[in-house]
Amino acid sequence: MHGKIKHEDAVCIEGKDKMSYVYESYDVVVVGAGHAGCEAALATARLSLKTLIFTVSIDSIAMMPCNPNIGGSSKGHLVKEIDALGGEMGKVIDKTYIQSKMLNVSKGPAVHSLRAQADKQEYSRTMRMVLENTPNLTIKQGEVVEILTENNKVTGVKTYSGAIYPCKAVILCTGTYLNARCIYGEVINPTGPNGLQPATHLTDCLKRLGIEMQRFKTGTPARIDKRTIDFSKMEEQPGDKKVVPFSFTTDPKSLNKPQVSCWLTYTNEKTHEIIRKNIHRSPLFSGEIKGIGARYCPSIEDKVMKFPDKDRHQVFVEPEGLYTNEMYIAGMSSSLPEDVQIEMYRSVRGLENAKIVRNAYAIEYDCINPMQLKPTLEFKKIEGLFAAGQFNGSSGYEEAAAQGLIAGINAAMKLLGRKPFILDRSEAYIGVLIDDLVTKEINEPYRMMTSRAEYRLLLRQDNADIRLTKKGYEIGLIDEERYRRLLDKEQKIEAEIKRLENTFIGATNKVQELLISNESAPINTATSLADLIRRPELNYELLAPIDKDRPQLSDDVIEQVNINIKYDGYIKRQLKQVEQFKKLENKKIPEDIDYMAVPSLSTEARQKLSKLRPMSIGQASRIAGVSPADVSVLLVYISQYNHEKYKESIKKTQNE
Amino acid sequence: MKTDTIAAIATGLSNSGISIIRISGEDAFSIIDKIYQSKNGKKVLSKEKSHTIHYGYIKDNDQIIDEVMVAIMRAPKSYTREDTVEINCHGGIVVTRKILETVLKAGARIAEPGEFTKRAFLNGRIDLSQAEAVCDLIHAKNELALKNSVSQLRGKIYDIISRLRKDILRDVAFIEAALDDPEHMSLDGFSDVLKVHIEEVSREIERLLQDAANGRIIKEGIKTVIIGKPNAGKSSLLNALMGEERAIVTDIAGTTRDTLEETININGIVLNIIDTAGIRATDDLIEKIGVEKAKKAAKDADLIIYVIDSSTDFDDNDEEIFSLIKDKRAILLLNKSDLEMKVRPEDMRVRTNQPVISISLKQNTGMDKFIDTVKEMFFGGKLSFNDEIYITSERQKEALKAALESLKLVSRGIDEGIPEDLFTVDLMNAYEELGKIIGENVDEDLINMIFAEFCMGK
Repeated sequence: MHGKIKHEDAVCIEGKDKMSYVYESYDVVVVGAGHAGCEAALATARLSLKTLIFTVSIDSIAMMPCNPNIGGSSKGHLVKEIDALGGEMGKVIDKTYIQSKMLNVSKGPAVHSLRAQADKQEYSRTMRMVLENTPNLTIKQGEVVEILTENNKVTGVKTYSGAIYPCKAVILCTGTYLNARCIYGEVINPTGPNGLQPATHLTDCLKRLGIEMQRFKTGTPARIDKRTIDFSKMEEQPGDKKVVPFSFTTDPKSLNKPQVSCWLTYTNEKTHEIIRKNIHRSPLFSGEIKGIGARYCPSIEDKVMKFPDKDRHQVFVEPEGLYTNEMYIAGMSSSLPEDVQIEMYRSVRGLENAKIVRNAYAIEYDCINPMQLKPTLEFKKIEGLFAAGQFNGSSGYEEAAAQGLIAGINAAMKLLGRKPFILDRSEAYIGVLIDDLVTKEINEPYRMMTSRAEYRLLLRQDNADIRLTKKGYEIGLIDEERYRRLLDKEQKIEAEIKRLENTFIGATNKVQELLISNESAPINTATSLADLIRRPELNYELLAPIDKDRPQLSDDVIEQVNINIKYDGYIKRQLKQVEQFKKLENKKIPEDIDYMAVPSLSTEARQKLSKLRPMSIGQASRIAGVSPADVSVLLVYISQYNHEKYKESIKKTQNE
Repeated sequence: MKTDTIAAIATGLSNSGISIIRISGEDAFSIIDKIYQSKNGKKVLSKEKSHTIHYGYIKDNDQIIDEVMVAIMRAPKSYTREDTVEINCHGGIVVTRKILETVLKAGARIAEPGEFTKRAFLNGRIDLSQAEAVCDLIHAKNELALKNSVSQLRGKIYDIISRLRKDILRDVAFIEAALDDPEHMSLDGFSDVLKVHIEEVSREIERLLQDAANGRIIKEGIKTVIIGKPNAGKSSLLNALMGEERAIVTDIAGTTRDTLEETININGIVLNIIDTAGIRATDDLIEKIGVEKAKKAAKDADLIIYVIDSSTDFDDNDEEIFSLIKDKRAILLLNKSDLEMKVRPEDMRVRTNQPVISISLKQNTGMDKFIDTVKEMFFGGKLSFNDEIYITSERQKEALKAALESLKLVSRGIDEGIPEDLFTVDLMNAYEELGKIIGENVDEDLINMIFAEFCMGK
């Protein structure tokens, strides 16, 4: 009989064997101190809740185990939004950046995206200092092995050592640590990222709680000793001259400092040949790795095998920090064996004599199916249990931080008896991220992308404060002074737009000259300054010489004025789309609806809807397998349902 | 939402040969069992196989109402995907109504307009464009329209619109991908490619819209107005077309004081003809109203038939009519060509730049030429519509127009050198609008609107 005891039970017994004791009560316990955990713990502590954060190693707080940068296309938006709501990530990267670049500047303002190279050590240290000095926040090294519940409600956590911490809410931010395995070639290390200790007990406990788990995979490239790289064979990629901060609280002037370059080189036919020759030794192809990887973040062997026509792939060589010689080889993540890795990297131009400091590896880990979560990131099944970050099936530091912040805020809102905080798809990239996670079936690690945001034009990185800071203030994470500054900014923008719309200038010589010199057609009659700004070849700044009454305004106000006038037509059309979207979004589905009783739904829709229980028709319409016809049926049914309820209530009042 | 059992007369109520009463819902079989009696009196329809037809009688209590054929179809293999019974009776308004009453008495309720189709839609049987085509099918007034309804049902519109949407989405996807991965994908030069694509899609939409105009004409008939001076022979023309005397025909000018409306079918072409009061300056108040109505009708018409008494001279009233038919499709009929002609066809042709035909309604000459001219004008002479499809509902037309408008905005953006990422706003609008046509974008307004439009019966 003994041999038949399931693994889950074994852990239980192991836990029982140790002496358990109650250590100390908290309001909130955060499990994991990566990018999600840090934001979550800071949010609850700042909202005056007694918070405890666990990490398997104090030295790995806010660690960046993969790429050495923050931001990038759409991820930069997330960081700006985190900042606008009162999160920490933007402030920390502003302090620790070593190179900064605005991407997509040749495109419209909606897709301008900020990306900064970080000094990894410095980033981690700075965030740790913030945590250490935040009132109400306690940091603890240790492994949480059990979530304690009563009647499907969180009551506390238990550590490996048997200590019990009673609490009212738990936020799980375990990243890639749950039952982690690092793999390259035939080598399998049962460790978390960077050789750190994995968390091997929590998964079983979660399964016992009825939580559905899945297994994902991600990977990282090798780090190479800077002294062994021939940069003369690579293209230099310097940072921008004018650096834009991530945080709306950072003074742009404070960002002036020398920047470090990245370098661009390419793989070649020889590299691809080495990979093809050894592909049978890849654990991905041999079937050793069963976790699901992301299509958009493929290993180099994936790229070579899937795109045999491409004769080269880009490789960016990026510094890991100012006080280290390690260079990150972006674009060449791999799980090939060590000996193949050396050969492969050395085939790349400029890396001929490269010495590898850390091998590339793939990492497999347990995460949840995030459809088990509400948009507040609380589990539907277990009250008080929240989840954020890679544990939810996402990938990326920024995605993790954004979820951490929202989970933290909602845990706090719940404990404080206030209403949940949910951003919708038209309000923020964060809203898109979370709605996608909890609504759409995620079959691979989820990365934020601009294409996922339908209302991108409104969700710009430049207006994140205008969109969200008011909400951050209402939550209590934005102080009075910052809020006043925002109101002042808004008022200035509005006044200036009004002025430009109402200031007409005549066709004087000076005006015509300015227009012609900017390759713009001369005007025939008096024209408003706003109309001139709308011309693609002109902008606010170019018109300065013919705009006598222009007030002194800060750069960020000018930017908003310019964008709002220039893209006015597009913004209005997008707002119309949002209006349509909100219609279905505001159509709430009764919580007690029985989908089995709704006639004519497709079987698939019935199953999906019963499982997911969407809050609105809008959310229902985004579930895979729910067709427009199903949505129509729901609309008809719900209007009838509500009508019946209404009739019943009338009857009731009449009877009374 | 229990599905109760509904019934209605599925064919138009007329004295046609056969009428069908359709019953759909859970109780369809138990209802027919109550009122059906087979020849030998033993057969129970609810026990019979699906998709079979049975001869017998419908009875009210013990009284036999009519001799019928009853078709039974079990869920889900029926139009509504519910148990369905169709009673084919001999027709005649009185008998058909009586059978329906009997069915209702046996437990069905009368179907709301469009309810069969609504159920078919809710049960996943058809998509929205098909549902609308069904409506058209019922409203179809002639054979051409019928053919068109059938091909829409098969999903031709669906195919075309789906293809256009896919084309648009592909461009959106390319832009999005390039924005997500700017270091690997470039949008340089893409604007030119996009412009070509948009022009192609726009052309197709324009063609659909163009055809939509024809589509309405096929479905609803050609809105035709007969105008002319008093006693030129307008009512005689109408009567000649109708083949019977409807309008009051006298030799006294000003007999038709109001407008008369008739639908006639000539060789497959439907003309919705409005006969109008003769146009002349008048002091008679009632006649004056008639004249104003005639002028208004002329403005809205697809076709104006201007009947001229060729035996009398022109006057100011003719001048007024010339201004009415300017820029409209019109045919001039020189009537009374059997009398001495004071107006020559050539002069008229030069004056109006419209086809002129000499006829004599009295002697019934020239009518064939008139009908050929109508065909030529509206259908380019050919009447084979088998392979063509038409958008026929206003809603679909509006969506096409909106999509076209959005594509125009993209084109303008390209010309103005707007950054590529902004194009997706309007491209997505076009995509969504096209989606509305085939029901792949469902918002509530749409649902409500469509069901409100639904017609009785199938």
